[in-house]
Parts: sequence; C-alpha cells; structure tokens
Amino acid sequence: MKTFRIGGVHPAENKLSAGKPIVTAELPKVAVFPLSQHIGAPAVACVAKGDEVKVGTKIADAGGFVSAPIFSSVSGKVAKIDTVIDASGYRKPAIFINVVGDEWEESIDRSDTLVKDCDLEPKAIVEKIKNAGVVGMGGACFPTHVKLTPPPTAKPECVIVNAVECEPYLTADHQLMLEHPDEILVGVTLVMKAVNVNKGYIGIENNKPDAIKLMTEKAAQYPNIEIVPLKVKYPQGGEKQLIDAVIGRQVPAPPALPVSVGAILQNVGTMYAIYQAVQKNKPLFERVVTVTGKSLANPTNFLARMGTPMSQLIDACGGLPEDTGKVIGGGPMMGKALMNTEVPICKGSSGVLIMNQKEAKRAEAEPCIRCAKCVSACPMGLEPYLLANCSSMADWERDEKEDITSCIECGSCQFTCPSHRPLLDMIRLGKSTVMGIIRARNAKK
Amino acid sequence: MANKLIVSLSPHVHSGDSVQKNMYGVIIALIPALLVSLFVFGLGAAIVTITSIAACVLFEWAITKYILKREKCTITDGSAILTGLLLAFNLPSNLPLWIIIIGALVAIGVGKMTFGGLGCNPFNPALVGRIFLLISFPVQMTTWPTPGQLTSYTDAETMATPLSIMSRAIKDGNAEILNELPDSLSLFLGQSAGSLGEVSALALLLGFGWLLYKRIITWHIPVSILVTVFVLSGLMHIANPAFASPVYHLLTGGLMLGAIFMATDYVTSPMSHKGQLVYGISIGVLTVIIRSFGAYPEGMSFAIFIMNAFVPLINNYFKPKRFGEVAK
Repeated sequence: MKTFRIGGVHPAENKLSAGKPIVTAELPKVAVFPLSQHIGAPAVACVAKGDEVKVGTKIADAGGFVSAPIFSSVSGKVAKIDTVIDASGYRKPAIFINVVGDEWEESIDRSDTLVKDCDLEPKAIVEKIKNAGVVGMGGACFPTHVKLTPPPTAKPECVIVNAVECEPYLTADHQLMLEHPDEILVGVTLVMKAVNVNKGYIGIENNKPDAIKLMTEKAAQYPNIEIVPLKVKYPQGGEKQLIDAVIGRQVPAPPALPVSVGAILQNVGTMYAIYQAVQKNKPLFERVVTVTGKSLANPTNFLARMGTPMSQLIDACGGLPEDTGKVIGGGPMMGKALMNTEVPICKGSSGVLIMNQKEAKRAEAEPCIRCAKCVSACPMGLEPYLLANCSSMADWERDEKEDITSCIECGSCQFTCPSHRPLLDMIRLGKSTVMGIIRARNAKK
Repeated sequence: MANKLIVSLSPHVHSGDSVQKNMYGVIIALIPALLVSLFVFGLGAAIVTITSIAACVLFEWAITKYILKREKCTITDGSAILTGLLLAFNLPSNLPLWIIIIGALVAIGVGKMTFGGLGCNPFNPALVGRIFLLISFPVQMTTWPTPGQLTSYTDAETMATPLSIMSRAIKDGNAEILNELPDSLSLFLGQSAGSLGEVSALALLLGFGWLLYKRIITWHIPVSILVTVFVLSGLMHIANPAFASPVYHLLTGGLMLGAIFMATDYVTSPMSHKGQLVYGISIGVLTVIIRSFGAYPEGMSFAIFIMNAFVPLINNYFKPKRFGEVAK
C-alpha cells in the first residue's frame, strides 16, 4: 500500500466520533464573521450596522486576488462591526449579526437533487468558485480560485484530493465522504474541468475502510477518478507528502508549488463546497466540524453555520467538562490552542478538541540525548535537533543553510522526542526569523 | 473557566516516549547477556556487575550534588545504571574491586560529567572507563578466567581468549595455532573466556532483536559493522589462512557487544542513517585492522572510541536526504 517515503509518525488515532452521522447544529443567536478567515488579504465588509441580511448574502468582498469574500450564514440584522478573538489568538475585525428566523437567498438551490452535468467553461467554473468564497477547508484556508489559476508556465496533469484526515480525533472529512460521496465526486470532475486535466485521485488512509469501499463503488462511473488507499502515517495530509504518496513525485524546496510536479491539490471538504457553489449556487457558509475529546460526554460531527460560537457546539455535546485543560481549534498535531470557547466557527474549522488537564500539560524538557528520532521522524528530511539548537543560539545563517524554510510545522519531531524538548517552538522561531531575513534581502534587490 | 485554558503551540500530543524508557529498554536488552555471564562466570560476574553499577550511580549522584551543585539529580533516568552495566560487561570477571571502582569513576567522572552530563559527552562513558583501565592495568585487564568456575572471584584460574590465540597466529604466521580455538558453536553460546558480557553472541543477538522491536535503535550501525568485519576479515582469510576465519571474528571479543550496544550509544553516534552507515563501516574496518596488526588483540573498543571523535564531522558531512532534493 502506498505512503510517502521520508519520515512520519503514528500518533494514537482516537477517532472517537467515527461513524457518527452529521448532526445539523442549531442556529446561533449571534453569528460572528471574522474578516480574515483565509490566507491573504482580509475581506472588506460590504454591509453596515442595521442592514438586513439573508442566509447566503455577501457581507464582505474579497480584499484582493489572494483573498475571498464572506457570506452570511444566517438571516437577521447586522448588529455591529467590531473585533473578536479568533483561533489565532489575536483580536481581528469581525461582523456581528443578530439572528432572526432562517430566510435564505432565493438564488440558492436547496434541493437534494444531484446535479452532475455542468456546461460552464473552465474559467466560468473558477469564477463561480471565487465568487462563492471557497477556500481550502483542510485548515490552511488558501483561496481555492488561486490554486485553480496556476501560473501560465505550469502544466497541471492531475487533481489530487486530500481525504486523508491524518490528524488524530478528527472525523469530519470521513463522515462527509460517507454521507455525500456523489457530490464530492462531481466536485472532483468540476475541478478537473476547471484546470483542464483528465486524471483525478482521491487519497484515503486505510483506517477508513468504509469510506474507501463506498467511494470506490461510486467512482466506478467516473473512469478518470481513482481512489487511492494509503497506509496510515502522519503527516500524510501534508500536500507534499500526499503528492509523494499518490503519484510518487517530490515537490522541490520552497518556493516551488505542487503544480511544479503537475499536481493540483484540494481537500475533500473543499470538493463538497465546490459542488455546492457551482451546481447549487450556494456560497460557502456552513461546514462539517468534529467536536471531540476524551472527557466530552458525546463527541459529535456537526454541520455548523459559520459564525456559530464553539461553546454552543460544545454545549450540544454535553458541555465543557470540569477537567478541561485546553481547547484546540483543529487536530492535536497542528491545531491551535484557543484562548476561550467563544471563538466562532470559520471556513477552516475542521474540529474542536477538548483536552483534559492531564493531557493538556507538556512534560518537562530534558537534555537532548541525540537519539536521532527527530531526524528519522521528519517528513521533510530535515534535522530538527540541529534547527532547534541553531534557533536557540540565534544562528539564523546556519538555520537558513540547513533548509529551515522547508519545515512544514507538522510537529512529528516534537511528538517523538523522548526528552520532550520544545523542538517545533524553536524551529518556528527560527523559520519565521529566516523568512523575514529572506524577504528583507529580496526587497533590497 | 475560560481564563484557565492552557494555550501552547502545537503539537498538543506526545508519543509517550521518554529518556527513561529508552535507557531501561537497553538495560532489558542486556539481561540475556547478563544471565549468560552469571551462568558462565558465577560469583565473579555478580560481584563485578553489582560493584560497577553501584559505583557509577554513586559517582553520578555525588558529582551532580557536590561538584556541579545541580538540584535535579539524573540518576533515575537509567543512564548511569546503563553505563555501569556496560562497563561491567567489558571487564573480566576476576577484576579486583578497587580497579572496578576506578573504572567507574573515570567512566562517569571523566567520560560523562566533565562534559556536562547526559547528552553532552563526545565519547561513550563506559568505553572511556574500559580503555583507561586497559591501558593502566594491562595485566589484570587481559587475564580472563576459564568459564565454569562458579564460586570463585579473583582466585579463578585463567586462560587465553580466542582473540589472543588469533593474534598469536598472525604474529607467528602459523595457521595451525588457530586449531586451539574453541568451536564456533560454543563461542556462539558463550562457553569461552572473555569479558563478562561478550561471551555469548546468541544472548547479545536476542538483545538486538528487542532493541529493534522496541525501536530503540535502527539496524544501520550494528549491521554495517558486522557486515564490514565479516567481508574484510573474510578477504584476509582467503588471502592468508593465518588470519582467522570471518566467523571467528564475528563471534569473539567485544564485537557483538560493541556493535549492538556500545557503538549505538545515542549520544556518541551520528544522527543520519547515511552517517550511521559511514560510522559503522569505519568501525568495522578499524576493528579488523587493529585486531590483525595492532598491539592489542582486541580492537573493538579502540575502533568505536576513534570513530566517536569523528561523529561531529560525520554529522556535518552526511545529512539526511532532504524532501524533493534532486538526486546528484
């Protein structure tokens, strides 16, 4: 069975909510929409206090090419445009909407009928995706239309769909595949048409045999789409790792893009969003979120409207447990620890993970024993111990020479370190400093 | 509630691995060899092992507390116990107590704590102790008791080791001397003279299996050493029968012990697999050269010791293959 070639680790899967049907979450009383919930320029609000909005009304325009518009997920009145602490921990501008009823824009096709055919031109498909505010839903939130507009020199050969869900605990993508396989496959054909390729792969780790089986059955009617079962290994959902696993090609070091080896990568959740945007005129305003944790009474997969505070979903799972130590937006390997549970669900919110006091605490760091386990675990072939050491000595030159900018921050090194050293903390410091130095150098030229 | 949440950077989970788990894992891997040594050398083996471990732990504790004046003592991490055990495995079972204690002091004091303790030492501490003793007390360190004297200690009768027989054969250029060697099966099981831990290749290989199974070490260093020694000594044996057959080289002296347990010491071995192979092959070549042409019949410790010194250089030149790196 296929997998990526370098490094990797096997964290305990803990997929507590696996196989649990997607539950539609209740509407919030106030929905909050941060203006920057994607990589790139923040969106610009196009509504003002007191404006009436419906479900699917655009409330913010894209702030540039690498940006995405934002749509209301609720109907009601704009209460204020203020700031909110989002998943990053920073206070960011956001639109607050008081919810009244549930009235949808009439342009949205709310029926369940599967619409397979699409006679739009590739450019029109990309335009529709762009105007629906679709971004990568795996967590990075890179605007999808940008990925679907490769530089003119690039030659896309295939579309690879990331249905790996290698983060422990998370089951949103898994459940989405079980409940909406046909829509996802139509989404793949749309993307293939948009970038003009005739090969599509969907990579699924073999800890989801039911999804592999169902998708393989459904994909039988799409001869150009191949379901690729993958051996379970973290971080297979990293885009470079997934390309290596599926088509056996390695993307060169940054700034090379995946398309340099002919691959266009998209998350499986994004496929569903693309289907809805193109075939159903439905902009991106709701998504599947896994709310989970060992102490949580009832881990659940929700279909939640954007802007819903996480606390509301946690309450629907039985409430925040007494011994909660940490609340994480995303999975345990790459997710962000949240300052409070009022953070709203955004386009990139794949999960909310509750950790108890004991799980939440890091063990004390001990001296490095040079066991080389971090070197073996690094999926990018780097030497984490060395990068962390150089960073702690502020030796940025050496950090750069040792390819620190290739780090994908997957956390495999720190996960595996027997001395519990904060390797990735130090590497992040080094990486961001080196990136700053490189930017300054390029600006001088 | 909200202001009590812990906020830290990812990853938020850990494999559960620890320094202790690795150290005690290696100690468990050494148990078969320890049992064989007790079975072969009896009382002497027990005295040497206990003294060496106790002295190493005591010295680490005393140095941490009274010289380095550190609050946190590291004796519970298992590394001092492991150093003591490995040092004992490299000593003959009739070695007097005071020499063992000097060895432990040099191993822990000079070999490890001088450089700052666990993780900082350039040379394998047990080897530092062993080589110090070998050079300082050549007579006591090279008279090995005949196996099977279960109740004797320093009064045990001694005999020549297979390696000294092999060395004599080369110096005299007389292949017939090699007939004095015990057969390879008894070497494999541990029925020959030698240091405590090195007599049974079988027991050491069992430990190797455990280390691989527990993923404490990878195969690169041990296998590259063993293959190199086998190939090189095989070629020499074909060229001149006065050089013992490669099977003898593999089964005698500290080769297995060194390849599996001493050369793989985390702190003093290279970080990348490529580097580990270079390191292993170099140790193999040096061992055969020292055994065949050096003044000492035993070459393993010196070979590892010399290569320990090259580890920083190896780490600099042999990097892991970066993702996406174009093959040169």
